Amino acid sequence: MAVTRAEVCVAACADLFAGDGEILASPMGFVPGLGARLARLTSEPDLLLSDGEAYLLTADGELEGWMPYRKVFDVVAHGTRHVVMGANQLDRFGNQNISAIGDHGKPTRQLLGFRGAPGNTVNNKTSYWIPRHSKRVLVDAVDVVSGVGYDKQAGPFHNIHRVVTNLAVFDFDTPDRSMRIVSVHPGVDVQEVHDQTGFELPRDEPAVTREPTEHELDLIRTVLDPDSKRDREVRV
Amino acid sequence: MRDKRMTPSDVVAELSDGMTIGIGGWGSRRKPMALVRAILDSPLKDLTIVSYGGPDVGLLVAAGKVRKLVFGFVSLDTVAYDPHFQKARQAGDLDVTELDEGMFQCGLIAAGHRLPFLPIRAGLGSDVMRTNPELRTVRSPYDDEELVAMPALHLDVALVHMNRADQHGNAQYLGPDPYFDDLFCLAANRRYVSCEQVVDTFDGAVQTLLLNRMMVDGVVETPNGAHFTSCAPDYSRDEKFQRLYAEADWDCFADRFLSGGERGYQEAVRSWQ
Repeated sequence: MAVTRAEVCVAACADLFAGDGEILASPMGFVPGLGARLARLTSEPDLLLSDGEAYLLTADGELEGWMPYRKVFDVVAHGTRHVVMGANQLDRFGNQNISAIGDHGKPTRQLLGFRGAPGNTVNNKTSYWIPRHSKRVLVDAVDVVSGVGYDKQAGPFHNIHRVVTNLAVFDFDTPDRSMRIVSVHPGVDVQEVHDQTGFELPRDEPAVTREPTEHELDLIRTVLDPDSKRDREVRV
Repeated sequence: MRDKRMTPSDVVAELSDGMTIGIGGWGSRRKPMALVRAILDSPLKDLTIVSYGGPDVGLLVAAGKVRKLVFGFVSLDTVAYDPHFQKARQAGDLDVTELDEGMFQCGLIAAGHRLPFLPIRAGLGSDVMRTNPELRTVRSPYDDEELVAMPALHLDVALVHMNRADQHGNAQYLGPDPYFDDLFCLAANRRYVSCEQVVDTFDGAVQTLLLNRMMVDGVVETPNGAHFTSCAPDYSRDEKFQRLYAEADWDCFADRFLSGGERGYQEAVRSWQ
């Protein structure tokens, strides 16, 4: 069976955690969740995984710890965490909005709220997952800054790592810390990435995102997501 | 030791217009919904609500009880956005202090410790500072680092829901998460705990006794009182009812479920099921 786009995204999300070691992975969204569990089963066996409620679980779902909401804030402040957040809007410097669209005083669309994004981004390693890459999400400037971008004063622990979308992988390793393409997923035209992004990206020749290995594919398909829920979050 | 048992209406009788009321639980989890419903049933108005928001916020906003909301998020979890809260925000009808979730906790701790503020890194660089221009930063006297001075979130009243309590106000959670209920109680002048059951003696590990009686002024026995939010392990969230709440016309919903007091609510839910 051919490798699907969703499976490429799961592997790209797993790669976000490369080198993280014994820290808490906090993926928001189904595909980053699969990525964290895949990393735990392969490259990063020391990662801690939360069930999103009060438990720390092994990759097999066995209980290994207690992490109620209040303790998550301790881990955020301590910095031993890598969060992968979603974004209703994200700009070239990595400013993220999950609060409101339009004027904050009278939004055209009220969203979740700041949630933990301000604290996450100034305290612990942060990546983003965008399942539908479009100009509506990748915008020139966000309406409300929830997660803090690289053009802001954000203290000594500010670390936006990468952005994974359904089209490509991005980082901020440019002179002005603006976003650039690291790799484009197999089958995606680079021009499509430019066309679907609401700001200018450097016109380098990016790599192609790696496909999952046979072992990873087997884990994704038979152990982590036998019902292929991943295909509902990522459509080609 | 005092018997602190009360009814929901006794609690509401001790509240007044314009009060700042903290509501425990988290999102759509272990909310003191019977006490919220008692407020809906009262003439109270102009409240400032401080909440990690779920349907408590949506209901109070829809009923026109809220002048100001202090929050980090409002979500029903499986229904991402509470429609009543969204509607009020999009109409520009609600005065809000929107905070980072960790700042919110920090403000409760500051109030509980009787401190004017506590330093925290969260908020720096974000629009929390722009949208709340009253917030200030401080410089560390030790290394000059700039931090947010999160002001104490003083509450007139805290309302929380627990699984068990005794008549004196010692109270126990039996689910996996204490949420922030003890912090809400310590930040408040008056503290009311609703519970699934009032007991004479507690079963379970001593660490589950989150609240002691010096943190509590009133105990209300309200079986199924967190409905339609979860109260693990006694019951989980009523997803079907939550969808009904999110999709129904407000007037129809209020007429059908909120017009007959707590007993009427529980009966209406039973007959709907």
